[in-house]
Amino acid sequence: MMLYLLLASGLFLIGCHGLFASEGMLRKLLALNVLSSAVFLAFVTIARMSDPLDPVPHAIVLTGLVVTVSTTAVALAIVIRLAAGGSDLSRGRREEDE
Amino acid sequence: MAPLASHAYDLLLAGALLWLAWQATHAADLFRSVISFIVFGLLMALAWIRLDAPDIALAEAAIGAGVTGALLLSALGRLTSAPAEKPAATRRWPGTIAVLALAATVLALLGAAAWQLPAPGLGDAVAGHMPRAGVDNPVTGVLLNFRAFDTLLEIGVLLLAVVAIWSLGPTPEPLVPAIPSPALPALGRMLWPMFVLATFYLLWRGTHAPGGAFQAGAVLGAGGILVILAGARPWLTGEDNGPWRWLLSLGVVTMLLAALSTTLIGQRFFEYPESAAAGVILVLEITAAISIAMLLFAAYLNGQPPARWRGYPHS
Repeated sequence: MMLYLLLASGLFLIGCHGLFASEGMLRKLLALNVLSSAVFLAFVTIARMSDPLDPVPHAIVLTGLVVTVSTTAVALAIVIRLAAGGSDLSRGRREEDE
Repeated sequence: MAPLASHAYDLLLAGALLWLAWQATHAADLFRSVISFIVFGLLMALAWIRLDAPDIALAEAAIGAGVTGALLLSALGRLTSAPAEKPAATRRWPGTIAVLALAATVLALLGAAAWQLPAPGLGDAVAGHMPRAGVDNPVTGVLLNFRAFDTLLEIGVLLLAVVAIWSLGPTPEPLVPAIPSPALPALGRMLWPMFVLATFYLLWRGTHAPGGAFQAGAVLGAGGILVILAGARPWLTGEDNGPWRWLLSLGVVTMLLAALSTTLIGQRFFEYPESAAAGVILVLEITAAISIAMLLFAAYLNGQPPARWRGYPHS
């Protein structure tokens, strides 16, 4: 189980670095997703180490997955509109610009 | 599995996950990043299996890899003509070191906090109360009975996300960025019945084995996205006071009704009468699955759908 805690730590560092150091909103969003995966992984690994198996973290991580996908969906909708120029007319019409 | 083989498997899995996470956040090409992240989600599902969390594995495969992947690819398709993003890794060492130091500090603090968690967890408490939960699968019991309040808030967050997306404006044209393959329409239509079947199976299974409303809803939502990619027009429309708005909020409304009616008959908030627990949970599971599927699908549309789809450019 130690391996999975190390894996969670590694993913956490990669996610943090991506979130703060990379440019581009889409990549920051991917880093945020990796970061939340790392937290879920640590949580479930701790649940696995207790005896008997603790189902509460499992339920909470399921909840967390749905919250993560909600965050991602809203962020992507905003990113698309930022790239399209922001105004109502240019939405979806991909203009050159920023 | 022999211990040695099992260790090798874990090591391989961990290595692949780290590499894919690095690719997803630091590859120069955005398309490569997104694909790496989708594969990362699929391999995470294997890691959940190794950690004895099959419920999360099912949800991760459907939500983490499936729906998030579709959302990311669709966004990427709409962004391609925007100016190319600069490669992530501009190697400025002082900045990198500062970020890593910050991340390591936060990690150490979180690790210390996790270390102090009460040791045996809640496994015994849950096991002790399972006979009264109305279901046999402990995770479903926790989600829809012991900690149903969390689940209410979670479906609320999903509903809030869709409200936020609709408030950003109408669905961008065209509906689908580009049809990637001529084989997709036929395949999508053929696969749709399988998605419906898998949904019902997961829903029915959820009471006694891994599966349940979340996994079922995610599979149905992902199936809906596939059918849209295959060229179908969605039913979902965004008109004011339309029936779809009720369907989107069905999950939250039913959970609130269940919670409030328990207080009316003298129980505590969300404390089901023991004899009715199984029935209440079944109703909540079905309505939550329908709502989750519709909400995930609505999130994919990236904005408020028009009042009618006629005349809307598809791709």
